[in-house]
Amino acid sequence: MMSMKEWFRRGEPWVWINGGAVAISMIMVIGLLGLIAVRGLSHFWPHTIIDGTYHKPEGGSYRIIGEIANEEWVPAIRLREAGIPIEEGVDEVHRLLVKTGNRDITGLDFRWVLADNIKDITIPDDILNVERLEWGNYYGFLRSVKENGQVIAEGDGAHEVLFSRLNRAIALSEQITDIEKGDIGAINYGLEKLRLKRRSLELEGALTPQAEADLQAERAEFDARFKILQKERNDLLADLSRDSFVAVNMSGVETEIPFSKVVNIFQPNGLAFSEKIVFYVERFTEFLTRDPREANTEGGIFPAIFGTVMMVLLMSVIVTPFGVVAAVYLREYARQGPLTRTIRIAVNNLAGVPSIVYGVFGLGFFVYFVGGSLDEVFYPEAAPAPVFGTPGLMWASLTLAILTVPVVIVATEEGLARIPKTVREGSLALGATKFETLWKVILPMSSPAMMTGLILAIARAAGEVAPLMLVGVVKLAPVLPVDGNAPFLHLDRKFMHLGFHIYDVGFQSPHVEAARPLVYATAFLLVAVIAILNLTAVMIRNRLREKYRALET
Amino acid sequence: MTNSTNEMHQGVEMTTAAVNPAPDAEERVKVQNPIGSQTKEALSLENEEICVETKDFKLYYGDKRALHGINMKIPRKKVTAFIGPSGCGKSTLLRSFNRMNDLVDSCRTEGEIIFDKGDIFHRNVDVTDLRRRVGMVFQKPNPFPKTIYENVAYGLRIQGIKKKRIIDERVEWALKGAALWDEAKDRLHDNALGLSGGQQQRLVIARTIAVEPEVLLLDEPCSALDPISTLKIEELINELKEQFTIMIVTHNMQQAARVSDYTAFMYLGDLIEYKDTDSLFTNPEQKKTEDYITGRYG
Repeated sequence: MMSMKEWFRRGEPWVWINGGAVAISMIMVIGLLGLIAVRGLSHFWPHTIIDGTYHKPEGGSYRIIGEIANEEWVPAIRLREAGIPIEEGVDEVHRLLVKTGNRDITGLDFRWVLADNIKDITIPDDILNVERLEWGNYYGFLRSVKENGQVIAEGDGAHEVLFSRLNRAIALSEQITDIEKGDIGAINYGLEKLRLKRRSLELEGALTPQAEADLQAERAEFDARFKILQKERNDLLADLSRDSFVAVNMSGVETEIPFSKVVNIFQPNGLAFSEKIVFYVERFTEFLTRDPREANTEGGIFPAIFGTVMMVLLMSVIVTPFGVVAAVYLREYARQGPLTRTIRIAVNNLAGVPSIVYGVFGLGFFVYFVGGSLDEVFYPEAAPAPVFGTPGLMWASLTLAILTVPVVIVATEEGLARIPKTVREGSLALGATKFETLWKVILPMSSPAMMTGLILAIARAAGEVAPLMLVGVVKLAPVLPVDGNAPFLHLDRKFMHLGFHIYDVGFQSPHVEAARPLVYATAFLLVAVIAILNLTAVMIRNRLREKYRALET
Repeated sequence: MTNSTNEMHQGVEMTTAAVNPAPDAEERVKVQNPIGSQTKEALSLENEEICVETKDFKLYYGDKRALHGINMKIPRKKVTAFIGPSGCGKSTLLRSFNRMNDLVDSCRTEGEIIFDKGDIFHRNVDVTDLRRRVGMVFQKPNPFPKTIYENVAYGLRIQGIKKKRIIDERVEWALKGAALWDEAKDRLHDNALGLSGGQQQRLVIARTIAVEPEVLLLDEPCSALDPISTLKIEELINELKEQFTIMIVTHNMQQAARVSDYTAFMYLGDLIEYKDTDSLFTNPEQKKTEDYITGRYG
């Protein structure tokens, strides 16, 4: 039998504390990731739609159709206080949050109901879940399909017609989007360029009748092309609004829904498990690749993913050379003394400045001062509209580059310091200059350390939201910073960001219940994007490490 | 395959020889030194062509004087060894010949080192050119983390040689010169860090001779190596002195006796005795030298 004293002396409690700390950290990390993954990813699973009769506790009943979105146990006393009559003797009540959709008809699309009061629950296969462009989902039963207002199918056979018409409508709306975003977008861009060209000629006093005529001719050409496209688009639109369908909802109201307002229709109750998986993958892909709709509460988040990745890449391109050059000077050229020590301390402390401060700096210095000056010098024709004198992708990337440059400097300096003196001497002894030694031997050898700095920088920058709100991120960016119009990369444009998207959907949304799963899904994606960016950098670093494996000691 | 068996075979021989080197050290000097004892008798600094000369050379680290006025003449195409206890300044002196001490901030020199008719500390001297002409091999093998080929080509590229054919030729020549060609010719484009310690050190020698220096400075080149590799390097030094003036710092007196033509004994920053190796070891004039080589201190 070991005495307590002996047990302490051997340090076993210490080992347990060490192990415990690691275990708790692991649980917290896994718990965090697990929560957002489960909450976020389950959103895309096709939920069963129930059909039943709800007996209101205060008397009366109605038919209820919807998805069960959430459930909870609440103390009966709370409900009684809220005026809902609950039998005596019941302490806790099980209630459900049912998504009944049809916001346009019933006014609200989520409602709390008492679980026990829903009777006669059935799960009919033919319930439709209609995803619409406006007003959220519609749940109901199909009555008929119409073409030009004439009923062409009714009853059981109508479903087949419904889906064939739906596919036609989806194809048509894709064509319309292509025209609107692609060709018409390009024309608008061209017209704006022409306007600016005319204005700049005017400012230079070079707007001769000849030039004016040339511009006029170009504009006429654009107008002509626009007219053709517009006609094409209108024809497609007319084609699209040809078909509609009639459905009946839970209150027995018949509604006619034109296909032009429909994003997708599905019958989740009728799906087999394998079909559900296919459906899930499709919906998740849509979430990744589509633009957001309805104040970001519906649709996808592609622009936000794109914006985040774009900004981080730009930031990396700026911060790496900048940080490395600064570190090389500090470590290799500067005389080591009180001054370099002070600079080093200052740089390290910069990493601790709250990020919103960088946002304020970015706004004041980059956006207003640098951007404003650029506009004055290079874009006088655009005035009073700013080009670079307004928050945008470039300023956001630069601001984050300043925010992360200390990390890169510190990591690179450490890498440079770790290179054995013998290697430097070996190079110098061959008649290489200090510069050649640095460039050909030292920098390649310290590249893994630079990558470490970059990894830390990416991890910090990709998760940063506060400064971005001041220097370029917006709730909804109508166009991506990269498109088919020269110069293809538009650094002056505002962009969307996953971190800000989470904040916006979670707190600025008009429709909290519908948006909540998206908050988790977006958070999960943000983590995934950062992980992917980091893993890429880690892989590059490991390859470099292998290549420039330091001398074995 | 043949190569490795050959190496192993050699290895067995060498180990037996190296297990107990002390008793028959004298014997082995005679056997292995191709110059032999007879020719050594005739060695005398007066008959040599002088390559490098130090004139009252003093060196300070900050306020501390590490070398107290060294006067010596280094003969061309001979091996000169520097021996002495730790901290006697032999490495410092060696590193002065190609001005590697410039890298130490607090280092300052007085006096002259004459090489090729001029003082190497003169301000018109291009130190990178000096270092090309006075190559150096360090205690620890320090190949760059590049391929074997690129290691040897490094100095050539630094000199601005771009033609692949010329570089190829010089790399082969240097590797042959450093007795590494047979082992390395099939793996020229493998990472040099994959070589063994002894091979790495020979690679470093190859890298140094590739730029065709006039002088080779070897700073305890074998102290990090096993006895077999040490022997190979020693054989190599014997071959290299046909073409280069060699200076070697060593802690190992047997090694100095085996490889060098002249030996300088240094003590606490002073040059105590400097003459041809045989007479220094068999007939030291100074008491300190005798004490050191007989193992009283050091």
